[in-house]
Amino acid sequence: MTKSETSGVGRPRPADSQWPLWEVFVQPPGAEPHQHVGSVHAVDAEQALQNARDVYARRGEGVSIWVVPSSAIVASTPDDMGPFFDPGNDKPYRHPQFYKVPRGVRL
Amino acid sequence: MEPRSVAAEDPARNAEFEARIARGDSIEPKDWMPERYRKQLVRMMSQHAHSEVVGMLPEGNWITRAPTLRRKMGLLAKVQDEAGHGLYIYCGTETLGVDRHELVSQLLAGTAKYSSIFNYPTLTWADIGAIGWLVDGAAIVNQTMLAKASYGPYARAMVRICKEENFHKKQGFEIMTTLSAGTPPQHRMAQDAVNRWWWPSLMMFGPHDKDSPNSEEMKRWGVKRKSNDELRQRFVNLTVAQAKAIGLTLPDSELRYNEETENWDFGPIDWAEFWRVVKGDGPCNRDRLAVRNKAHDDGAWVRDAATAYAAKRASTTEAA
Repeated sequence: MTKSETSGVGRPRPADSQWPLWEVFVQPPGAEPHQHVGSVHAVDAEQALQNARDVYARRGEGVSIWVVPSSAIVASTPDDMGPFFDPGNDKPYRHPQFYKVPRGVRL
Repeated sequence: MEPRSVAAEDPARNAEFEARIARGDSIEPKDWMPERYRKQLVRMMSQHAHSEVVGMLPEGNWITRAPTLRRKMGLLAKVQDEAGHGLYIYCGTETLGVDRHELVSQLLAGTAKYSSIFNYPTLTWADIGAIGWLVDGAAIVNQTMLAKASYGPYARAMVRICKEENFHKKQGFEIMTTLSAGTPPQHRMAQDAVNRWWWPSLMMFGPHDKDSPNSEEMKRWGVKRKSNDELRQRFVNLTVAQAKAIGLTLPDSELRYNEETENWDFGPIDWAEFWRVVKGDGPCNRDRLAVRNKAHDDGAWVRDAATAYAAKRASTTEAA
């Protein structure tokens, strides 16, 4: 795991002359979880929220918005992907298909 | 920290990348990618973002002169969408490690390309209808394909944009329907707009496949799924019936339905005009850049004020 920006990761970033980058998460109506939708540049958190609303929620797409400084996102790296997620793949007994049900029984 | 430039030569990683494209995997920002793939995406996505931004100008020209409040509200919302589309795609481009400021500077300096269609003037109100119907209609055909692009952030921006472009197209078609069914001068105005926008709309899909080397490469990498000519044909096929339905004629005497191919055959495109406009000699190239630069300069005080306000707030918080 490395701490890095979701955007432009893995490359040296030129000095940003248009304010810090914020990642935007919008929660759609109907008890859905917040979902990443993109990013905005903003001078502070308040402006980031306003920009996020104007850019990503012009048509009632959201009931709630989170903005997070891109530099604060901690992400797994593609290179770790195999080993990092591996425990999930060799444990078929975590899935319902692993278990047998007698013929004719609907479970 | 430039492991990529070395790795880009790595045939094993290249092969693995090509295999991922062949499987239809989505390529994400942190994934390894050939330098050439990254560069081509930056080129294509930034041109696309610039087009959205410059696309606001011909339409913005008519906001204050929209014939009714309903039309004015609709047009304002559309122009605001175009700004949003520019931002979605700039944001996608930034995931490839470029600075948005750098791209915006290239646009302002006149060294970046954008869609040649926006270098044509909007002479009458009917042009706003024709742009929504034909230009946004052509853009939807292109962007629906790009919504399946191999680069995840680009594809996701396209999904979002396509939803909104449908509103643009319907708005434009409604304007054209109303004008076409209006008084004889209104009908003539609508027909005149179609006459002027039809061919530039066909040019939006870019040169013929045989003259488009980038296109072939982007197809191989799954960024584009269809060629320029295939998309152009699809657009023509869709539009013929729409024009007929509202009593307008497409200005092409060679337009004919081909029973064999089930396509509408169309006449030759004036590529000399296309290249003239691309190279900077369209009717409005200079004007568009001048207006864009003025808007950027006029907004400087807003950016300065926001920066100063944030600095002041930060220092107050520290002091407290």
